[in-house]
Formats: sequence, structure tokens, C-alpha cells
Amino acid sequence: MTANSSKDIAITTLLSVGQHPLSARPRRAEEDARALEVMLQFAPASMKALHAGDTADAQNLTVLKDYLGMGIPSIDVIPTSADSDAAEALASYLANAGDGQPHILLTGTRSEVGESSGFLPYLLAEKLAIPFVPNICDILSIDMAAGVAEVMQSLPRGQRRKIKTQLPFVASVGMAAAIPRQSSFGAARRGVINTVSSIDTVADEAQTAWKTEPARKRPKRLKVVKAKTAAERFKAATAKVQSSGGEKIYEVDKAAEAILKLLKEEKVL
Amino acid sequence: MVIRRNRRLEWIARNRLHPEHSAVLMGVNGGDEIGPSGLVRKRPHDIGFIGPNGIKRIDRLGNSLATMAGAGAHKGQAEVSLPLYVVENASQYVAVVLDAPEGRLSEHDKDLLGLAQQLKAAADNAASTAVAAIIFSSAAPEAARIESYQLAGVDRLIVLPAESDDYQPEQRAAQICALTAQYDFIHLCFPDTVLGGADTGRRVAANLAERPATSVWKLDGTQLICRGAAGKTDITRPLSKVIIALEQCADQIDESKHECLALSADAITLSASRIEDLGKAQVNPNDIDLTEANFILSGGNGIEDWDRFHEAARLLGATEGASRVAVDDGFMPRERQVGATGKWVTARVYIAVGISGAIQHMQGIGQCDKVIAINTDDSCDMVKRADLSIIADSDAILTALIETLSNQSSAEFHPQEAVA
Repeated sequence: MTANSSKDIAITTLLSVGQHPLSARPRRAEEDARALEVMLQFAPASMKALHAGDTADAQNLTVLKDYLGMGIPSIDVIPTSADSDAAEALASYLANAGDGQPHILLTGTRSEVGESSGFLPYLLAEKLAIPFVPNICDILSIDMAAGVAEVMQSLPRGQRRKIKTQLPFVASVGMAAAIPRQSSFGAARRGVINTVSSIDTVADEAQTAWKTEPARKRPKRLKVVKAKTAAERFKAATAKVQSSGGEKIYEVDKAAEAILKLLKEEKVL
Repeated sequence: MVIRRNRRLEWIARNRLHPEHSAVLMGVNGGDEIGPSGLVRKRPHDIGFIGPNGIKRIDRLGNSLATMAGAGAHKGQAEVSLPLYVVENASQYVAVVLDAPEGRLSEHDKDLLGLAQQLKAAADNAASTAVAAIIFSSAAPEAARIESYQLAGVDRLIVLPAESDDYQPEQRAAQICALTAQYDFIHLCFPDTVLGGADTGRRVAANLAERPATSVWKLDGTQLICRGAAGKTDITRPLSKVIIALEQCADQIDESKHECLALSADAITLSASRIEDLGKAQVNPNDIDLTEANFILSGGNGIEDWDRFHEAARLLGATEGASRVAVDDGFMPRERQVGATGKWVTARVYIAVGISGAIQHMQGIGQCDKVIAINTDDSCDMVKRADLSIIADSDAILTALIETLSNQSSAEFHPQEAVA
């Protein structure tokens, strides 16, 4: 596989407007910026960025400029209001794209505002009838002839797994991917925001019945003492946990084997 | 009837030092004393017994013998039998798709079963509703596992065939969707675990065209409370069919036992998966963030030869950590420091080489599962905490470890070599 054949593909990244967890200011969504970074580093022949959101909001436009500053020439924006369903708009846009339908559609794992259910990429994959790979951190290789791609998936505890998937596919990029590049002012000024006007948006009616409030602190689960009598409660309150203080080995020659045995039992070797 | 007083017996009853005192007390009216006015009098001094150290003890528990012998008390507790909760003629089901790694219920799974039991109680026809747990396994679970499911609140159990532990999300979602068509579950609950229930649950929801309730952390009557905006908001919403719940979303079941009867699943033919698992990729252990590393080799003041330490870590495939002294002395970078002022680690195995265990360091390793201490001092705090302690010079042990590992590597052992 030559470098050219692997790069001769189209990737689209879905971008959303994030929110800083403390200051609540709009910002580049961390995972979406990583998804864009994955696309820019892979540098395919056709790169596109797509955003569904409110274009009238000046703060949102600033965030889109931040994305443009990463080096993408333009962003297509589907104008939707806050109470409409972005998934429907994006799905109908992508389904009607025809030749413009990308080989790979990258998203973040979940948005930083709103419902934040992480359901959108699953829904898009279902509607476009293509596979979905969650939580990737890199695109390793693409074989256009066989119609397959290899991606690196990030697992908990810093582990990685290779996944082979059919093209085209949807993938969500997690926080384990490379840190996104800084936004540059010049590129942001040169970048263009194209508004797509032909998409009908659908109102999200289910959401109108919901009540949203700032997150309450979750109660910490206490150690429940199920004592029937005062004496048992007293014992549970005062008894110290007996630390047995494990096995002690004094001989050097036995030590290495004992350590390796425990490591194998715990399956870390 | 005239009651005649026996002055002599009264005198003996008053005189506790009299040799016939106790016999008289017991003999008169079966222990009850009749007072001068003819009334039966209670004797409060008879309650209790003389304890082992000569002090009179009153035992109001009624199990004096059990408390006297410590082992007996534990035996009594273990024999508590929980009430069996039976669902006869179940007509509808609340399904719980458990992660259950190797068939073992995780804490998250047990929380989820608690939530399912709450959902069952809130259902329309609660008496004939059962909680059906779905697990993926290649073989039927053994008896001990079944008992743990019974105690965790599983009314019915569905074992779906799984060929391997590989990542096959599409196959699993298809199996659950087929099962939903068979049983028409009123709710499908999934644990919100990365690449586990969170993935499968969303796939199933997309397939069933249901909107899932995600990051659910509480059931409030018939409303679900979910985290939204990446944890910054709480969304209160009506019950949904697919529920993907966080850890500690409900209290676990611990006061009842459930039937755990087997339910059969129709065999389905699965279409070929479009996603293929090519297996784990090797990762440079030092690229893993210390806070989420699974296996840490940590060095402290007791290490003389740091090159040997790095060599041992490389051969073991362990992430390197350090105590504060080692960092302050410049042997390790600051981001490798474990402890209160450094990183709080969650490793499964933590090897402390030459670290005596200052309290700040012990706080940092509080969540570690197994600790191995290598230290010359057998009375230090680290040795008290450790599951395995080697009382010897750290350099000698590291040398022995390196030797054993390099001998093995030629034969059958494959260490995780560092990849760039």
C-alpha cells in the first residue's frame, strides 16, 4: 500500500461548541478538537469539517474561528436552534451528500453541553448503515482496495487495541488521542464558514419535558452497618480492621520467584 | 388461707453468706419470694452472671454463651437465611445486561441490579414482573456464581452464547435486540462502562430507535436523574426503555434472595461483524498516565543503582513511580511522584522498592489492590501494608529479578518491550 492510495480518501469531522467546566465559557470541545487533530495529522485528500448549531451567536462563531485556526480551510455549518435535534439535521445532510459522503466520519465521544448522551455517532452510524468504532485515538492505515481501515482504540488504564473495520465508518475520538494543536490567528482569519441552508431541522420535543439544573453533589455511599443489636453496632463502630500484614520473605534467592508468582496470579505479567 | 412466715428461711434468704442461701432462694416458690405482706417479690439481683474477670455482667442479648465464645458469634451470623423472593408466572421483564467479567459480578453490576429491582417495583404490574439478567458466556455459570446472582437480585437469568472475549459490539447488540423482540422487556439497563455497557447500550438503543437515558444516577419515583453537559448539569426526565446508569445509581440488594431461574434465548444467526478485534497493542508502560497505570514499580531512598531500577521496570513492563525523596534528590521527574503531593495511583499491583512508607505516600497508594514491599526494615509501615514483603537489600532483589526475567525471556516469557 503506497502512501498516496491510503491518503486518497475523504474524512469529515463533526465539530461542536464546548464549554469550559469552570468558567462555562464557550470553547473548542476537547474531544472534537482531538478528532480534528487526528484528521489533520492523517492529512487525507479531502478534509471537511461540519458543525450543526446556532450561527447567529457571536460566541459560537468565535469558537468556530478557533477550529479554523487549527488549519482547516472551511467549516460547513448547518443552522439549527438550541431546541432542535442536531442528529436529524446531520443525518439528513450526510445521507443526501451523494458523492460528498465521507469515507470516515470523526466525532468526539460526547458533547460538553446539552444532553451529552454520546448517542449521536451511534445514531448517525445506524442511519447511514455503516459501522461505528468508539473511542479511537489514531487512524493507523487505510486499504482502499480491500475497503478496510485499521484504527487504534484506547481502552481504560492506558491500554490500546487495534481494530479493523470496513469503510466507510463512523468513529468517535476520545481523550487519549494526541493533544490538539493551538489555534493560529492568521489561519482563523483566512478560514471560511459556509452556511448550508437546504436542511430542514426537526424540533426536539422530548427534551421540552425535561428539567435541567446545575449538577447536585452525588451522595457518597456510606458503609452500611446492618447490626441488629447495640453490641454489634458498637463493635462495628470501634473494631479496627485487622491488617494481617502479608507474607514476609527474608531470603534473597526465594524473593524473585515469590514476586513473579504474585505478578502472574494478578495477571500483570 | 393464712400464710405462715418461716423466720429462719427469711433470715437465710437475707444472709448471702449463708451456705444454704442459694438453695433457699430457689426452693421457695420456684425462685420467687413471698414478701411479708403476702405479695410475690421479684429479685433483681438474680439477673446476670459473674464474668470471667469476677465482675457481674448483665447480658440483655439473650445469647450469653455465643458472645462469651468469640468464634460462636461469627457462626451465628453466617447462618442468617435471607427471605426468598419468588416471582410466579412472570409476564414482563426488566432486563439488565451485566458486564460480569469472567462471570463475576462487579460492584457496578450489583448497583444496576438494585436499580432494576427499583424499576420493577415501580412497574405497572409489579407482582408479575421479574428482573432478568443477561450475561455473555461460553458456558453455563457454575453453582457458586448462581448463588452470587441470587443474592444480588437476579430473578431470571439469560445466558447468551459468546464465542470469545474479543471486542464484538455489533454481535452482542444484535443478540440483545433479538432477545428484546422475544421477551419485549419493559426496560433494558446497561452499566455505563467505557467499551462495555455504555457502548452496547447505545448500539441497542440506536437499533431499537429508542432514545436512551444516559449517565443515570438516580431513580426518583418515575423520573430518572441523569448527568448532562459532561457532568455539569442534572437532567430530570421520564423513564425510558433503554437506561445506561452510572455506578452507585441505586442501593444494592442485600436483604433478600432471588430465584435466578434460567430463561431460554432463541438461537439466532448472526451476520458477519463489520468490526474485527486485532488484539491488544503493546504500549510503552511509561507512556501510561501514572494515575491509571495497572502495574507500578516505585523506587525510593533505598535504591542505590537507578539504572538497575529502570532495567527491572523495563523487563517487568511496569510503569515507573517514585517516592518524594527520590524525586527531590533528582533521580526521577516530578510527574512520577506517588503520594499526597504527587499522583494518587490506582494500580492493581504496586511494588515499593526501598520505600518505608511515609503517611503521605501511603495515602497515594490507598486504592492499590496488591502491594509488594522490598525493604531492609521489617517493621516499616510499607511492610505492614504489603501483601508480600521481601526483607532484603533492594539492589540484590532487583538484580535477582532481572536475572530471573532475562533467563525466562529466552524461553517462554514475553516482556512488554518499550515501543517508541
